[in-house]
This record gives sequence, structure tokens and C-alpha cells, in this order.
Amino acid sequence: MPTLSADDIARLVEPDRVHRAVYTDPHVFELEMERLFGRAWLLLGHESQVPNPGDFFTTRMAREPVIVARHTDGSARALINRCAHRGTTVCDAPSGTTRQFVCPYHGWTYGTDGALAVVPFAEGYDPPAAGRRDLGLARVPRVDAYRGFIFASLAADGPSLLEFLGHLRTSFDDLVDRAPSGQVEVAGGVFKHTYRGNWKLVLENHNDAVHPAFVHASSIWAARESSKPESDGYAEIAVRQMLQNGAPPELWESTGLWAAPSGHSFMGDYHTDSRLVTALDHPVFREYRTALERRVGAEAAARILGVSRWNSIVYPSCSFMSQFRQLRIVQPLAVDRTLVSAYSFRLGGAPEQMFRDTVAFANVVNGTGSPVLTDDLEVYERAQHGLTTARSDWVYLGRGHGSDLPDEHRTWRGKTGTSEIHIRNQLAAWVRYLTDEP
Amino acid sequence: MSRPDVDQLLVREAWLLDHQRLDEWLGLFTDDAVYWVPLQMDQAEPFTTASLIYDDRRLPEIRVRQAQHPRAHARVPAPRTVHQVTNVQVVADDGRELTVTSSLVMVEYRKERQRVWGGLVEHRLRRTDGGLRIAAKRVDLVNSESELCGIACLF
Repeated sequence: MPTLSADDIARLVEPDRVHRAVYTDPHVFELEMERLFGRAWLLLGHESQVPNPGDFFTTRMAREPVIVARHTDGSARALINRCAHRGTTVCDAPSGTTRQFVCPYHGWTYGTDGALAVVPFAEGYDPPAAGRRDLGLARVPRVDAYRGFIFASLAADGPSLLEFLGHLRTSFDDLVDRAPSGQVEVAGGVFKHTYRGNWKLVLENHNDAVHPAFVHASSIWAARESSKPESDGYAEIAVRQMLQNGAPPELWESTGLWAAPSGHSFMGDYHTDSRLVTALDHPVFREYRTALERRVGAEAAARILGVSRWNSIVYPSCSFMSQFRQLRIVQPLAVDRTLVSAYSFRLGGAPEQMFRDTVAFANVVNGTGSPVLTDDLEVYERAQHGLTTARSDWVYLGRGHGSDLPDEHRTWRGKTGTSEIHIRNQLAAWVRYLTDEP
Repeated sequence: MSRPDVDQLLVREAWLLDHQRLDEWLGLFTDDAVYWVPLQMDQAEPFTTASLIYDDRRLPEIRVRQAQHPRAHARVPAPRTVHQVTNVQVVADDGRELTVTSSLVMVEYRKERQRVWGGLVEHRLRRTDGGLRIAAKRVDLVNSESELCGIACLF
């Protein structure tokens, strides 16, 4: 494999443009696995997925198959899903509960902390294999959680999770603080949608306020042509969200868009529909607001519901909608193939109708068969296709360039909501990760 | 209601879908119909678990209309499909509605990609003055929980 020097990499990103190799070169992708996904804190899931000792789910970090397990001491562990003996994965289920992980090949057996407990035909080993620390499941070096969200890093050293999150921690606060019980839980199933394109395309798109009018033109039009939402029936949430994508240009321009260190960003909300925004006091939400006020008081409830965010992106692994209780975990599979897993959250103590709304919203915003998402996926694939041409090397990211403004909490704000500040910021972080040679 | 009427309706439905006669396809459904492609195996209901598609009467209309827009990126050109409907059984009949199960194998082709879908289908067919109409259609895809590229076809 040709070696890319730090200078080679730095030359791929300029202040207002990026070289197409960043999206298409398999060698660049290998370096990303090592230096970006191999180092940054990656979101793995939520503690409600592993509430009790023995609970586990499987996922991946960079190229590593990973088990996240609740150990008997109550801590969440992240283990590399690879038998120390001959390399077989020891756990095949997406999630479950177990006392131990037993390799299907020769029966090597590990605890939920990864320690090797049993080796069959033990007499063949001198010294004995069981109990040897170097023959356990390899541990992901760092695991930490913020407000119940489990992160891990494949690097032994680096910034702490709180340093890494910086101001973006307030987006997790926003999601959790909205729960009248103070707790949220993953619920309602997981969409796993893939596209044949680079992983950056989805993270660049989520805070792109120009795309809805064009990418979603057909669903906006179809929703407008259909009769007006009348009832609180299931489809109303979907239709209302499709209509919101057709917000007027002034609204997109005036929406706040903030970039933060480490490549993170978040967008203020553009929703104006009282059936979608809890703070707008639709009768459906009154019971919810009362429940929230009962726990935190009216003043704090007003402050919590007054936070108005659309997508928050924690680079490079996730994008979530704190106000709408949606989370997407982004996993690169190859330079031109990406998996996005979309989760919904139930707000503890909120009326059941709100979770039903969340599910309806998930189906239309994150569903693999959604009239909205399918157009995003199509456009990612067309971007990837176009970027394979060698006749033109540069992707232009000049929208708003030169007018970004410093703001509080170490953020920068796009002069307008349609600035490409979040993409420039992601690529600046990308260069920092990739030029930091081991 | 005789079995030939049930068979004829299911074959007619597949033919309309495969020939892009989507307005006529919508006309097969009752006004309160639901069209459901669950996300999970044996999914009990569509309200607290997400679905690949869960459309009450209004959303299929929006899907069909969306595909007529010139910038319906995922739907222009429309996917070409062949629906193969087999193993038809009438499993219940309460006088007003029949419950009919069938197997679906569908080939979808669009833009240099061909996909094969397999699903177990349940129709609820209602007797109306205008003949048999579809009051509910549920399609359980065998790979509903797997990693999937976007779905812009109709099953």
C-alpha cells in the first residue's frame, strides 16, 4: 500500500474545498480506520441496552467486531469479539443475556469481562491457559459514558470523553432532560440502512439546510398535494414532517448552525408545527409538560423545552435529534459503503402517545422505506458515483466561507443556517486526526 | 366468496403493481386500509415498534403521487418488478372479511441493480358492494431486520 505522508494528507483539504480522494481512495480509508475511527471516542449505544449484569449487544468499531457487555461488577465493558485461540467470533447474536461467551470452535469460555475462564483439554497447555491474562478477549482500551450514552476509544491515550464532547454534551443533556422521569431508553427497534457511498456523505448532509428543498422536493410536493392533516392519526406525523422539509428559504437562512472543536456541530430547529414540537403546547403535549414540571418545576421545564435543536453531530460516529428522540450511529464498511443504524428513544414518564409519535417520526425520517430518507440515500450514491471521475478533483465547500463567526462555548457559528461551516469543520478535524502519525 | 375471486384479486394486484398502474392499485384498497411492512419478525403492532413501511390510507397515495414528480430521485426511473404470488390460502372468513395468506417472491430491478425479495403476505379482503377490496395488507420480508439499501418499490 502506498504510504500517504502527513503532507500528502494535508494537501487534500483546503479552506473551502476538499479533494475527491477523501471520499474515494481506499488507502485514505485505511488510514481513517487507523487514525480516526481507531482513536476518536465512538458512540456504541445506550445503557438501557445493557441494564443488568450479563446483558450484551454486539457492534463494530473501525474494523473490529465488538461486544458491549454489562459485567457482574455493574460496569459496561467493550471487548473485541475474537477468540484468543483461533480467531473465531465468540458471540453471534445482536443482543442478549449470558453468563459467559463460549467459542463455538473449541469451547474456550470467557467471562463478561473478557477473562478466559475455561479451556477444554487443559492438560495440553503448560503453563495452563485458563486464567492467563494475555489469553482473554482483548479489551477496548477506554470505555466511558455520558448521561447513559456509552462511548469507547480504541486508543489507550487521548482526550477524556468530556473533553472530546465539549459543548456537544449539552445535546445529550437536551435529550435526557426532556424525560419526566429523568431517564430515557432505547425502544421500538433499529433501522439498519446502507448506502453505496462514503461515510462522510451522511454526516455532511444532516446539517445541510439547502438540500431539503431539492432532495426532498418530491415528498414535499406530494404531501402538499394531499389533503391537510386533520386528525392525530398515525400518518399525520409523517405528513407534517414532510411538509416541514418545505420550510421557506428565510427560515433555513435564519436557523442557527454551530461548529465545535473535534468536528462536531449542531443546528437550531426549523420546525414550526405544534404537533411536532412539544414546547408549542398542543393538547397532546399538555400532560407531558405537567409531568415534566412535576419533577423539575415550571421554570426548569420551560428552560428545557425552550432548547431548540435539530441535528447534533458528534464526529465521526453519530448524529442525533435530541428534541425528536432519534439517534443515528454511522459505521463505515468500505470507502464506498456505509451502514447507518437508527434508534428511537422513549422518554421515561412521558405519555405513551409521545412514544407513538416518535415511532411514526422515525418511520418517515429514518425508515429504510421512508419517502424522505430514500431520496437522501439515492443522492449519496449519486455523489459517490460523480466523485469517481478523475476529470475534476475538487469538491467545493465555499458556502459561507470567510463569514463564520466565533460564538460562546468555543463554537463557531455560520453566518446563516445554510453555511457549509459544519463540513469545513469536519474536514479540519479529519486532517488533525489523519496527520497525527503514530 | 369463492376461491377463484380471491385468486383473481391477488393476481390482479400483482399485475397492476408490475405494470405501474398504481392509481388502479390504490383503487383496490378500502378507504380505511393499511399497508404494512413490519421491521421485526412476528411484530405484534406498528405503533410502538418501527416499520419499514406502515401506511394508513393516506400515505400510499403520497407514495404513488411522489413517484410522479420529476425530481423523485429514488423513484425516477421507477423500479421494475415481477411479483410471484403463490401458496394462497384462505385462513379465516367472518362473513364480512376474509383473511388470506400467500407467499411472495419479487424481483426488483432499477439502475443496474437487481434485488430479490421474499415475503410472507397476509391480506384482509372485505366484501363490499363493489366486490372484494383490500382492507389490510401485511408483508413480512424474510430479511426485514438485515442491513438494507433504501426501499422505494411496492411489495
